[in-house]
Amino acid sequence: MAEHKALHEPENAPPQPGQGDQDHIEHHIVQPGLYLMVFLALMCGTALTTGMAFVNLGIFNPIIALVIACTKAMLVILFFMHIKYSSKLTKLTLASGFFTLLILLTLTLSDYISRAWGLW
Amino acid sequence: MDSQAIATVDHEHPHSHDHPPYLKHHFETVEQQRETASLGMWVFLLTEIMFFSGLFCAYLIFRNWYHAAFVVASNTLDVTLGTINTAVLICSSFTMAMGVYSAEMRRKKHLVLYLIATLILGSTFLGIKAIEYHDKYTEHHIPGANFSIENFVHPNDPKEPPVGVDMAQHTPIYFELYFGMTGMHALHMVVGVCLLIVLIFRAQAGEFTAGHVTTVENFGLYWHFVDIVWIFLFPLLYLISKHA
Repeated sequence: MAEHKALHEPENAPPQPGQGDQDHIEHHIVQPGLYLMVFLALMCGTALTTGMAFVNLGIFNPIIALVIACTKAMLVILFFMHIKYSSKLTKLTLASGFFTLLILLTLTLSDYISRAWGLW
Repeated sequence: MDSQAIATVDHEHPHSHDHPPYLKHHFETVEQQRETASLGMWVFLLTEIMFFSGLFCAYLIFRNWYHAAFVVASNTLDVTLGTINTAVLICSSFTMAMGVYSAEMRRKKHLVLYLIATLILGSTFLGIKAIEYHDKYTEHHIPGANFSIENFVHPNDPKEPPVGVDMAQHTPIYFELYFGMTGMHALHMVVGVCLLIVLIFRAQAGEFTAGHVTTVENFGLYWHFVDIVWIFLFPLLYLISKHA
């Protein structure tokens, strides 16, 4: 229906590739098929997290849970949040933010680990 | 000649003298405006990531100190409701992503429907969360004057290992983190739901299907961010030790 209308109203047509200004990164429209695949992967990840939690893997239980969670978060960031198709500036900003977070966490944890661990 | 007309005179591109009404004067192109808005949104989301990470860091330290208390306290949560809520939130992220796609494709009807679906799923999440909070209230597991460690020292369920009074007295720390983290997450959901209602009316008026999708796109980024927080909260709070 929407495609049919677009044929008769060219001024309301969706943007065509190659129209963007060459000074900036060309805007990429993620297709619904990819969204659907990411969605299914996220649902599988959720089932996997819950399933693995009921299997006794000792120290690996929280590690596997975090690996699955990070993978899911990565899928959301790359595709749902379009970072894969963003400019280098946005990518670098995000990466430097996470790097700063890593420094803050490392400093905090090294402080807690090195003094009176568990004595509060 | 008004300021609008002056701003449209572009010497590098003499063929484009008109510009869309949503392009602000201090941007050269729509793409530049869009990138700028997106970068600003990401910087805001980074501050949000920093904020939630503080809570996650506190969780990490206390979980290692009082692991036994965290295990028994975590086991009182309803994993079924938690899993359903995770699925509901992922579905809402998918409908939001499809909403952004509909805006790009300039399909107003689809955009409005996807935004309404996102609103319904977000509200469902909050409803299930309210049921879970009410369960904690009836079980006397909300930190405060009515908090009871009885269920941890003398568990009703024979499969649950009892913990000593000393360790059981640390269970409120788990529940403070549980209510703090899920509460902050739920507050973000409430803000998101309120913004969604406004966006649905603006989308219905055709504001986002004429080439200007930045608002919907940036709201999508916020919504997906809230989803990511829950992706971490769910295994860390609900699934600490289900295998014992």
